[in-house]
Amino acid sequence: MVPLSWYLILSAALFSIGVFGVLSRRNAVAILLGIELMLNAVNINLAAFWRYGNVMNMAGQVFAIIVFAVAAAEVSVGLALVISVYRKHNTVIADEIDMMKF
Amino acid sequence: MTTETIIWLIPLPPALAFFLIVLFTNKNKALSHTIAVGAALLSWIGSMYVFVKALGVEHLGEHPFTSSINWLPLADTWFKIGVLVDPLTTVTLFFVAWTVLMIFIYSVGYHNYGQPAGDHDRAGLPPHGATIEAHGHKHTVPSVEPMYSRFFAFIGLFAFGMFTLVVSDNLLTLFVGWEIMGLCSYLLIGFWYGKKSARDAAVKAFMTTRIGDVFMLLGIAWLYSYTGTLNFREIFRPEVLEGMGNTIAFPKLANTVLVNIPALWPLLSSFTVAGTIGLLLFIGTVGKSAQFPLHVWLPDAMEGPTPVSAMIHAATMVSAGVYAIIRMFPLLNADLSGMSLSIVAFIGAFTALFAATIALAQNDIKRVLAYSTISQLGFMIAALGIHAYIAAVFHLITHAFFKALLFLGSGSVIHGMEHGVLHTGNHDVDPQNMFNMGGLKNKMPITFWTFLIGGFALSGFPLITAGFWSKDEILADAFGHGNIYVFATLAVAAFITAFYTMRQITLTFFGEPRTKEAEHAQETSWTMTLPLVILSVFAIGYGWVGIPEHFPLLGGLVPNWIHEFVGGTLAEHPEAVEFNIVPLLTSLIVALGGLFFGWLAYRNVNSPAEDKLQIPLLKNKYYFDELYDFLFIKPAYWFAETFVYKWMDKGLIDGILHVFDPITNGLGSFIRNYFDLPVINRFFGDGSADVTYWFGGKLRAVQTGRIQQYLMYALVAFIAIGAALYFFVFSV
Repeated sequence: MVPLSWYLILSAALFSIGVFGVLSRRNAVAILLGIELMLNAVNINLAAFWRYGNVMNMAGQVFAIIVFAVAAAEVSVGLALVISVYRKHNTVIADEIDMMKF
Repeated sequence: MTTETIIWLIPLPPALAFFLIVLFTNKNKALSHTIAVGAALLSWIGSMYVFVKALGVEHLGEHPFTSSINWLPLADTWFKIGVLVDPLTTVTLFFVAWTVLMIFIYSVGYHNYGQPAGDHDRAGLPPHGATIEAHGHKHTVPSVEPMYSRFFAFIGLFAFGMFTLVVSDNLLTLFVGWEIMGLCSYLLIGFWYGKKSARDAAVKAFMTTRIGDVFMLLGIAWLYSYTGTLNFREIFRPEVLEGMGNTIAFPKLANTVLVNIPALWPLLSSFTVAGTIGLLLFIGTVGKSAQFPLHVWLPDAMEGPTPVSAMIHAATMVSAGVYAIIRMFPLLNADLSGMSLSIVAFIGAFTALFAATIALAQNDIKRVLAYSTISQLGFMIAALGIHAYIAAVFHLITHAFFKALLFLGSGSVIHGMEHGVLHTGNHDVDPQNMFNMGGLKNKMPITFWTFLIGGFALSGFPLITAGFWSKDEILADAFGHGNIYVFATLAVAAFITAFYTMRQITLTFFGEPRTKEAEHAQETSWTMTLPLVILSVFAIGYGWVGIPEHFPLLGGLVPNWIHEFVGGTLAEHPEAVEFNIVPLLTSLIVALGGLFFGWLAYRNVNSPAEDKLQIPLLKNKYYFDELYDFLFIKPAYWFAETFVYKWMDKGLIDGILHVFDPITNGLGSFIRNYFDLPVINRFFGDGSADVTYWFGGKLRAVQTGRIQQYLMYALVAFIAIGAALYFFVFSV
């Protein structure tokens, strides 16, 4: 059986890619994609720990499903915001959306 | 219900009426007087029931109705309160219930029930009359009292106090009833509080009786600490009385201060415990029953509405004072030296004469009656002082009836005169001044005849009236017991009484009307005349229960019930004095002579100027008001105004404060200028604000508004914190 550490390495790598994506991409949609990557990295972690821990304890799987739901909700809200910002400012570049500055 | 239960219940209806009227029915005049009169009627029924029951008991004095409950827990026992109906209570209850009921009914008419509200009447002032239009022209009619319900509430409470006092079996509840009446007399004398004279009279009555009450309370306290009980029957046990009668009141004083002054020993040894306590209680009576020297409040109490005068002067307050001292007679009698009773007799006889002389020169119809009340109460007190226990009780009862009758009658006269005043519209005419009256005999026949009966009873008109029998008994007792001075004084007082009574009747009812107002006087409504008629029945008939057995012709026809019955109250049944012709002749002469001369002297007098007895000394009541003003009131004002206010308060207290003022002020401003402003305000307050402001200015550059930058910060912070935790926490 594949050792647990492999999953964790995969998950960490995926998470780091997600973080990098969030921090480096200028497109708001791409930033959302990065966030999705990070959430899925978490899901891999949850599933792995479930499989290698007490299988009868379903908490890991349930938690993963909850994260899916949250991710779906989050991305729908996020995309709606992006569309709304685009309509108003005609851009999806995160750096240009600086209305929250003082 | 047992008789005892009924006795407990007698005082309650008027108290209940008071609360009902005050709390609920104040707005509704008809309901208020219905409740009050109904309550008086209930008490009356209870009293009559108890009266009849008590008559049926043989030797009621030895086996009275008693009932008591535990009231106050004391150290290892209870203070009991209860009711007691012995012969004295029985007869008192009888006249109190009757007069109270009559006065309640009379008040309905007196306060013009059923008349329209006045044009410009205000609460706190007597009604001024209302203008109505009838038969096509305007005329003025009496208007209803603005505070009608309030009056009935007050007299209800008053009646409660009186009934409580009469049925109570101990001095404490007696005192409670006593004080309730004191309060009510204050409220009722000052009923028309819009008048300054009424306010002053109320305060005067309250303060004057208060002096007596303080001494009475002292007496009660002493009695309690000496005997351990306030129950009458326990105090009046022979061994207790004997112990108190033999003991010197102030042994410490005798053994220390006066040991070297033998001359004062006889005086001191005549103060026994029984006598001294009795005298303290007697001072309470002096205040309540307006005896010299605390008599000054009673004439001024005439400021109240007339039913109140009847209430105070006949049924309740002054009777209560005499009742209390009659009740405590065994205690006074136990005083072996006899000094206390001598003082009582002296005060009584002196007051009887003294007040009678003042009454000669009064022109206000109610004031004459007020002084006659003081005088008659003096008769009772004097009778008690010469051991004429039964005569005192007898006169108390007959006096209550005929004096209530006279007061209610005078109220009726005033009412009739006010009618005349409203008719003419001349409000300068005093409807109470007898010189404005005259000839009312034909205008107000019922009032006249009943007033005549009351006046004759007061004068002691022979054989018919109740006043004759009771007064005659006092004189006979005084003569029979050899108290010639008391006898002579009372005889003179009785003569003057008859004289001024006839003067009053002559000026008021006989002759021609002296003013237009008197011409238009009118008989009053039935609610006022009915009580007069009923009371006049008693003013005549009540004397027949006390005809001495050895009286010529009449004696023995009717048994001397009052002597047999009331005498049973005392442990030793008093002997009836032997019949003597001298006191009988005296009382015949003084009564008839006084009446005759009174009529003779005043039948043609038409103005105060023609009245030869308008002597300034009498007119001004021997200047007692002025004397007390000079001796007590002025000094009290000086003490309050000059000493306490100006010197103590303004000078001393404020002076001290004025010294502290600059010190504390200086300290305060120092702290403000050198600590509060620089340290608290500048340094901590402004300083922290400045620092925060500066810091914020520097930090605002961080807020770029670029999300990715924020995330970058967050990541860096996350890594830094994670690393720190890793190194410093988890790796340990």
